[in-house]
Amino acid sequence: MAADDPASAAKSVGEALAEGLGHIARRHFAASGVANVTRMTAGATQEIWRFELVENGAHTPLILRRAPGGERVSATAIGLETEAELLRAAAAAKVPVPAVRHVLTPEDGLGHGFIMQFVEGETLGGRIVRDPRFAEARPKLARQCGEILARIHTMPTGTAPNLKHATPAELLAQWRASYDATNWPRPVFDLTFAWLEARVPPAPTAPRLVHGDFRNGNLMIGPGGVAAVLDWELAHIGDPMEDLGWICVNPWRFGMVDKPVGGFGEREDLYAGYESASGTEVDRAHVRFWEVLGALKWGVMCAGMTAAFRAGDPSVERSVIARRASETEVDLMRILSSPSGGGGPRSGGGD
Amino acid sequence: MQDEPRPPEILAAVATFLKGAATRESGPHVAFQLRVCANAAEICQRQLETAPAAEAAELARLRKLLDRDGDIFSLNQELAARIREGAMDLAWPGLAEHLWDTTLAKLAVDQPNYSGYRAALAERATPKEP
Repeated sequence: MAADDPASAAKSVGEALAEGLGHIARRHFAASGVANVTRMTAGATQEIWRFELVENGAHTPLILRRAPGGERVSATAIGLETEAELLRAAAAAKVPVPAVRHVLTPEDGLGHGFIMQFVEGETLGGRIVRDPRFAEARPKLARQCGEILARIHTMPTGTAPNLKHATPAELLAQWRASYDATNWPRPVFDLTFAWLEARVPPAPTAPRLVHGDFRNGNLMIGPGGVAAVLDWELAHIGDPMEDLGWICVNPWRFGMVDKPVGGFGEREDLYAGYESASGTEVDRAHVRFWEVLGALKWGVMCAGMTAAFRAGDPSVERSVIARRASETEVDLMRILSSPSGGGGPRSGGGD
Repeated sequence: MQDEPRPPEILAAVATFLKGAATRESGPHVAFQLRVCANAAEICQRQLETAPAAEAAELARLRKLLDRDGDIFSLNQELAARIREGAMDLAWPGLAEHLWDTTLAKLAVDQPNYSGYRAALAERATPKEP
C-alpha cells in the first residue's frame, strides 16, 4: 500500500523538490545548498513549501509557491509568473509583500512557481481576531488596511498584461449566471440580485488594479500590524471599491460580527486610512454595493459546491461547504432588512 | 415499519464517536476530516428531526403568499421568479416574515453556531425601537 500512503508520496515529491532547489541555490543564489524542505499546505490551487537556503553555514528561511505538482494551473487564477510580477510591482508601490527572490524557469525543472522571502506572522483569521498576542495590533489594522489598499490602487494597471477587466455590471451578470447554473431556487438571492441591480455603479472612468481577495485570512499579521499582503491570484482590473467591500463580508469576521472590517476594526477607520493615503473621498454606498455583492458571491460559490460534489469531488468536506450557502442567506437578510442596508440609494436612470 | 433506534439517534451516536475516540487516535489531517464528518452527520441528524415540520410550515406559507398550489420546490421557483421580475419585494405583505422564518429554519439545520445566525436570533428577540 506504499503508493497510497500520502506520507511516503509526499516524501518522494519532497526529495525531488529538495534536489531541484539545491540546483537553484547554487545557480541563482551562489549558496551551497538547501535544508529542511517542508510542505506547508496541500492547497487545491497552489503548493507552499518552506525551506532554508544555506550560505556560509547560515540558514535563511524562504518560501516556494508552486502550481500543484508543478504543472496544474487553475482556470480562474492568474498564474504564478503573473503573481510574482504583481508582488514586485506591489513592493515598488510600498505595499508590504514578501520579496520575490526567484521565478522558476523551465531549466529549473520544477514547473511553474516562484521563491519568495519568508515573512514571520499569523494568517489564521480566528487567531487574529481573538488572540491576546494581537490585542495591540488589532485597533490599528482597519486603518492600515485602508492605507495599503490605497497604495495597491495606485499600482500600474499594465503591470501584467493578462489580468482580466470587468465592470461592476459584468461581474453582477457573471454571478447571476453562476447562481442560475445551480438550478436551485433561493428567493433571498433573487431579492439580493434585485437590490444590487438597482444600485450597480457605472463602469469606473479610471479602472484600477484590484487585489480581488483582500481579507482577513490573506493578510500576514505581526505584532505591529499588517506585515504582508498575500494571495494575489484573483487580481484583476476594475472598480477599486470592490476591495473595500470584500474585507467587510461576514465570513471574514471570524465570528466577531460587530467588527465589520475583518472582525478586527471599524468601517470609518478603513475609510479614513484610504482617504488619507489616496486623497479621494470614499462613497459609503458604493462600498456597500461591493460588500453585498461579496456576501452574495460567497453564497453562490458555496451553492456551486453541490455540482462539484456530485461530479468531480465527492468529499464530505465539499458537501458541508455546499451547506454553508444558507449562512450567506442569513447575512443577506440581516443586511437587506436593516435601515442602512435596505434603504441605501439606488442608481439613477434605467440602465 | 422500520425498527428503532431512529436514524437521528444513530447519527448522533456516529457524530459522538467521530468527535471523541476516533479523533483522539488520529493524526492532525485525519482528525480535521473526522470533525468535518461529525459535522456532516449532525446536519443530517438535525434535518431528519426538524425539517418535516419546518418544510410543512414553509409550504403552507408559500401557498398563501403566492395564492396557488404546488410542491415546495416549484413554489420556491415561482417565488424566486416573481422577485426576479420585480413583482414582489420586501414591502410585499408577509414576504419578509416568510423569508426570515425559512432562512432561520435552514440555519437551525445547517449551522446553528454561525455568528450571523446567532446575531439574527438576538436581534429578533429584542423589540425594535420606534
